[in-house]
Amino acid sequence: MMTMINASGLSSDARRERIALLGLTSPAVMVVMLVMVVPVGWLFYLSFIGSDGTVSMENYRRMLDSRSYTRIFVTTFQVSMLTTVLCILIGYPLAYFLSQLPARAANICMLAVLLPFWTSLLVRTYAWLVLLQRQGILNRWAIDIGLLDEPVQLVHNMTGTLIGMVHIMLPFLILPLYSSMKAISPDLMRASSNLGASPARAFWTIFFPLSLPGLFAGALIVFVLSLGFFVTPAVLGGGRVVMVSMQIASNIELFFNWGAASALGVVLLVLTLGILFVASRFLKLDTIVAKGH
Amino acid sequence: MHWFSRPASDTQITHGQRLWLYILAAIIMVLLVAPTLIVVPMSFSASQYLEFPPQEWSLRWYESYFSSTAWMQATKTSLTAGVLTMLMATPLGVAAAYGLHVSLHPWARGIFVLLITPMMIPVILIAIGAFYAYVQIGLVNSLFGLVIAHSILALPLVLIVVSAGLKSFDMNQEAAARSLGASRLTAFLTVNLPQIRFSVITAAVLSFLTSFDEVIIAMFVSGGQNSTLTRNMFNALRDQIDPTIAAISTIMIVVSSGALLLAQVFGKSKN
Repeated sequence: MMTMINASGLSSDARRERIALLGLTSPAVMVVMLVMVVPVGWLFYLSFIGSDGTVSMENYRRMLDSRSYTRIFVTTFQVSMLTTVLCILIGYPLAYFLSQLPARAANICMLAVLLPFWTSLLVRTYAWLVLLQRQGILNRWAIDIGLLDEPVQLVHNMTGTLIGMVHIMLPFLILPLYSSMKAISPDLMRASSNLGASPARAFWTIFFPLSLPGLFAGALIVFVLSLGFFVTPAVLGGGRVVMVSMQIASNIELFFNWGAASALGVVLLVLTLGILFVASRFLKLDTIVAKGH
Repeated sequence: MHWFSRPASDTQITHGQRLWLYILAAIIMVLLVAPTLIVVPMSFSASQYLEFPPQEWSLRWYESYFSSTAWMQATKTSLTAGVLTMLMATPLGVAAAYGLHVSLHPWARGIFVLLITPMMIPVILIAIGAFYAYVQIGLVNSLFGLVIAHSILALPLVLIVVSAGLKSFDMNQEAAARSLGASRLTAFLTVNLPQIRFSVITAAVLSFLTSFDEVIIAMFVSGGQNSTLTRNMFNALRDQIDPTIAAISTIMIVVSSGALLLAQVFGKSKN
């Protein structure tokens, strides 16, 4: 009888402590609720309010009917897709190179990835604007060495946007990819070579498949972050590349149309969370995010 | 030349065969770093147009920055917001990370996901949501409004970095301290905290930078006397390429590299 009482007493103590400890998260939860969850919920509500103040699907219907809104979504997908593919093509060789270096050299070379990662996004976008403009360094050098006869338009268009976005997104691909490559045991490569595989064959049949989870994780982060990008396309796109988040901003800054902005925001949010949710069925998301830093 | 024929890895591939990879990697690394760093010498140019290399050197763009009350006010706002965000996000994040680490409550997982959502959803949504809410309660253009909005962006970083720190901390030490009569708080402050201090410092530096570099939220909820540096830079960029921005960018690069260096140095002493 005594032990029974003790057992239930202990378990209720344990339960109380678990709740008290969980209470330590409450200040953080409260701030996130007040500044993010409640306002975004409010936007959700606003998106169903038409221009006449009644509940309607007007804001969503506009997205389907209007040619310009369709184009914005297509552009957003295009930019995100191309950025992701280019990041994979450029980032994979570099991550592989870094993973093969001895620790000391890897730490030094890693600075090339970390320095841009820590530098303000706005500063990096500005730097590309300066480099790519008509009178910019790249055009001048290309003319000086006879590569071009006259300056080409490298910025205020899709090209400039993609160059800037790939540069900004590369570290998000390389960091998780690098740590998944580091986790591949060199013994496997040694064994495959011992069994007669050529270096190329050992790479494609052993190393590459084992690096895929890291590659997917990195590509996913790049794609999802690109979907919501604002600053870089706004500065380097010069108004020719309009992404969803830019349309949201101009709906509010120029037209004060909260309904339209909210509906776009809801769609962007659902897309982002949907992709993350589907991906989290296959990948452990928190480990991916943790590797980013 | 010996080096070329030496094996580079366990697959017996030689450095010579891998030369293309080394060259490619070097090019990519230069492309990653150079575009940002090239702004530094350009900011010392005497010309109205940004040149590289500058024909004539001068400090005129730095003078134009330091003598402008608008830029100075914006810099002060950004630094203040950064420090306040750090002071707010770090303790909240550390408390949450510890709570989630020790509590076995079934909700812990869900709360973790909720707290890291701000880094996954598009910032524009947080920005217009906060803007809408602030209009109702009169927080638009206030420093406080800016700081709490920036804090929720910084929280996920603090949570992730400090959780990782706690995972490598041996919780038996805390148990030992408590069995010797220390309260949970005393044990945490005197046993856990000193050992996870490198994660906490990294988290604090990241929170500062998150706020200092943030553009979109600042665009919507900061303004007037409380305009941030990034907000003014972004507006200036949309109109024209003012070389003063090169000078400000250089200063920002110095701030971020300093922060990175700080984190690297502290990170090293952990191992």
